[in-house]
Order: sequence, then C-alpha cells, then structure tokens
Amino acid sequence: MKPPRFHYHAPGSIPEALDLLAHYAGDARLLAGGQSLVPMLNFRLVEPRALIDLARIPHLSGIGDGDPIVIGAMTRQRAVEDSPIIARRAPLLREALRWVGHLPTRSRGTIGGSIAHADPAAELPLILVTCEGSVRVEGRAGSRMIAAGELFDSMFTTRIGADEILTEVHVPAVAPGSRHGFEEYARRHGDFAIVAVAVSIEPNAAGGQQVRLGASGVGQIPQRLVAAEAILEREGLSADAIAHAAAQAAASVDPVGDANGSADYRRHILGTLLERTLTRTTAPIAATA
Amino acid sequence: MSTVLPHSTSATDIDAPIDEVAVSLIVNGKTRHGRCEPRRLLVDFLREDLGLTGTHAGCEHGICGACTVLLDGQASRTCTLLAVQASGARIVTVEGLASGEQLHPLQQCFHEHHALQCGFCTPGMLMTAIDFLHTHANPDEGEVREAMSAAVCRCTGYTGIVNAVMAAAALGPMPLPAGALPE
Ligand SMILES: Cc1cc2nc3c(=O)[nH]c(=O)nc-3n(C[C@@H](O)[C@H](O)[C@H](O)COP(=O)(O)OP(=O)(O)OC[C@H]3O[C@@H](n4cnc5c(N)ncnc54)[C@H](O)[C@@H]3O)c2cc1C
Ligand code: FES
Ligand code: FES
Repeated sequence: MKPPRFHYHAPGSIPEALDLLAHYAGDARLLAGGQSLVPMLNFRLVEPRALIDLARIPHLSGIGDGDPIVIGAMTRQRAVEDSPIIARRAPLLREALRWVGHLPTRSRGTIGGSIAHADPAAELPLILVTCEGSVRVEGRAGSRMIAAGELFDSMFTTRIGADEILTEVHVPAVAPGSRHGFEEYARRHGDFAIVAVAVSIEPNAAGGQQVRLGASGVGQIPQRLVAAEAILEREGLSADAIAHAAAQAAASVDPVGDANGSADYRRHILGTLLERTLTRTTAPIAATA
Repeated sequence: MSTVLPHSTSATDIDAPIDEVAVSLIVNGKTRHGRCEPRRLLVDFLREDLGLTGTHAGCEHGICGACTVLLDGQASRTCTLLAVQASGARIVTVEGLASGEQLHPLQQCFHEHHALQCGFCTPGMLMTAIDFLHTHANPDEGEVREAMSAAVCRCTGYTGIVNAVMAAAALGPMPLPAGALPE
C-alpha cells in the first residue's frame, strides 16, 4: 500500500507544466488534491513515470464573482463550499459539495480534480452537467472551452487531452427566485452515491420556469433527464406532473448494474429520489415555514 | 517565515534518477527538516522520519481516517498526501494536543465518555473532531454523527465518541490548538 517510484515536479507556471506533460508523452499524471490519485498510486492501479503537482502554480485557485462564476481548477472543495459567492449565486453546487466525501477529504480535494477524474458517481460532474457549466482547458496550442454536455465521454474519461490541463470551471449564476434541490442515495454518508439527482428551477424571461434535472449512477456519465424536464415544462409542477416526470425519468435511463445495485434497482431509486427532491424543491414557502 | 519549496524542476533533470526531495514542515510548532523519496506519504514521514508515531496508518487509501492531522488548520488525511506536497505547511498531530500531563479538553471528554477502547482510531477521531467543532458551533447530534462518519472505529460502536464530541461542543467554541496557524 505504498506508491511506486515516480519523478516529482512542481512547476511554477502553466507553460512549464504543459512542457512537462509533453516531455513525458502520456506517462505523467497531474496531481491536484490527490484524494483520488494518491489512493490509486497506493494500490498501484496507476504507475506513471512522473507526477506534475499543480499546487505551486499561482492563480489556479480562487472564485470570481461574475457570470458565469469562474472557479480556478485548484480551488479546494472546502473553499468552494464555504464561499459566500457560491452560497448566493450557485446554491446547487454548494448543496452538492456537502455530499463529496468528508470534511477532511474536502480540505484537500479540488473542484478541477473531481471533474477531470469523472467518476460516474461523483457529485461535481453531475452539477456541471445539470447547470450547463463548462471548463477551460489549456494546451500548448492555446486554450479552449468545453461545455459540460460535451466533456464526459464515459466513466473516468473526459475529452480533456492527455497533453492538456483543466484550468477553470465555469458555473452559470442562478437568477433571483430560483429553487434547487440535491439528493443522493448511498449506503453510508460520505460514500460515493449509488444514484444522485440534481434539480434546478429558474424563472425564465417568458414568465415560465426553466426546469433542469440531472442524475448520476444511471449511466456511464451524468445525464440530463430531458424527457422528464419536458413533462414538467408542459404540465407544470403539480404533484401529478411530478409523479409523471419521475416515472418517465426512471423509464428513460439505461443504467449499468453492478455490485452496488442492479439496473432495475437504480431505475427504481432514480424515480423515488427525483419525486422526493422535486416535491421538496417545489413545496410552497408557506408550507415549509 | 520562509517557505521551503519542494524540489523544483529544470528541463535537464527530467530523466535523471529519482532524487530525494527536501521536506520542511512546522510540526506542533517546531520546524522539522528531512529528505525523502517523492513517493513518501506524509503519514510515513511523520511516523518514521520524525518519530511521531501518534498518527496512525490504517487503510492507507483515504477511507478510515486514522491518519488525520491538522494541516494549516484543517483536518486532512496524511495517507493521501505526499510529504513533499505538504512541504512548507504547519501540521498539528495528536502529540500536539496535551500540555504536559494536562489533557486537551477534547481528550478529557474522550476519557470521560469511554470514547476509546484499543485507541487505534483515536488520534484521527480527535483531529477530525477538532476541525469540525472549530468550524461548527452548537452542532446537533445528527451533525456530529455525520462529521464523525469521516473516521472508522472498530471497537466502540461510536456512541461514546458521539457523546464525547457532544460534551466538548457544550464547553463552548473550540479553538484550534497552538501551532495550527501562523501566529
Ligand atoms: C474517503 C473518500 C471519500 C470520497 N468520497 C467522494 C464522494 O462521495 N464523491 C466524490 O465525488 N468524490 C469523492 N472522493 C474523491 C474526491 O475526494 C477527490 O477530491 C476527487 O475525486 C479528485 O480531486 P482531487 O483534487 O483530489 O484530484 P487528484 O486525486 O489529484 O486527481 C484525480 C485525477 O484527475 C486528474 N486531474 C486533476 N486535476 C487536473 C486538472 N486540473 N487538469 C486535468 N486533469 C487533472 C489527475 O491527473 C488524476 O487523474 C472521495 C475520496 C476519499 C478519499
Ligand atoms: S490510513 Fe489514511 S485514511 Fe486510512
Ligand atoms: S477504539 Fe479501537 S478502533 Fe476505535
């Protein structure tokens, strides 16, 4: 349970880090918070020739107050969770962060590392997909943006090139009067979710509601539940419409069964969690006061 | 304070044999220097290079919490952190809690509420609880259970641990121990 040997580099700039990535030609790993990578090294699931630690590069962490909210890739999950900007303008992200591991893992784990790692059960990729965020990646040829819907390829695989570095996470700020909900089912708190759902309901310019629904644990990558969104946009947010949307969501996904839950079980949990979260999210303020 | 940066790179040493790196930490208020392979985990650096065996290594993959210390004032696992990554940081280990024979108030609560049996998990439980209590005033029992689920105990069944942390919470705000942050 000790890591294999590797060279260690702590470059002081992005260009220097990109040069190192190029030098090792696919045989180096970027090190962010290490909360996923170091366990993989300890198990020797990965044996890279070198680690390139991003922690000493200035300006890779911090949270901007614009729209979108720009979060540096190396911002610790705990700093995002504690940020007043995030509490006010991206409350869904804040709520989901509480479910990411435990306080001691969030002290070190970064937002960029979680997204780049693309665990199919992870919360942050799900939030990025649900709220239509994006990421900036830097390569030697320059920088490009990748929308969340395009970012995740399959489990643990993104469209970030082996010679690129994720530098920023962009999260749209929510409109005033928005509502959100997040819920997940796991065997123990702090474990990865078996199924998680995210709900965002924002007033739109036409006087209606823009409903965004996302789920993880029901496919290789986090997904938008578009059929269920369409039902709510058509039928409103009544209890009947919510039940209809939840049933449709459960029918529309094609989960992969594993030791943590069969495909049918995951479908069932999705329907139940979505109905519960939507009911809670849309409950009139009066009823909860 | 001068921060000692780890092993920096120049393009020429990329293919050299793997060198040892310098690691410099302030542990329980004292500056400590060492050299180790880059792959040295902080938990092993503390235990074997610095002789501070209070911090325990259990699962060695981030799950059990036995190796938790305060790193720049925040509870952090030391089995998922390389010593070289921590270079320049301030660390408080369980050895930094008591003053002489006088137990830290949280240790006293653990003692009074039978919050340990074999004691293997205790250092990590204490460091996890200090950070939680420092950042959460007046927690309810549910919040304490959730926070302490970050660490695993194979002996007590957790009731004593939860009672001890609740008792410590009732003492008022929990300051960080001396040496956790720069003066
Ligand atoms: C006990 C425990 C419980 C956990 N529970 C959860 C949980 O419930 N939900 C959850 O989502 N996660 C959980 N995690 C994992 C989470 O803590 C990690 O923080 C996260 O998965 C990875 O982020 P990191 O910053 O630690 O990245 P690292 O571990 O340093 O890196 C992860 C991967 O991403 C790559 N990478 C990192 N940064 C970049 C970048 N900027 N550009 C390109 N590639 C990059 C690395 O090369 C590596 O392959 C848990 C971890 C532990 C130890
Ligand atoms: S030894 Fe570090 S968490 Fe188990
Ligand atoms: S007291 Fe033995 S593991 Fe907790």
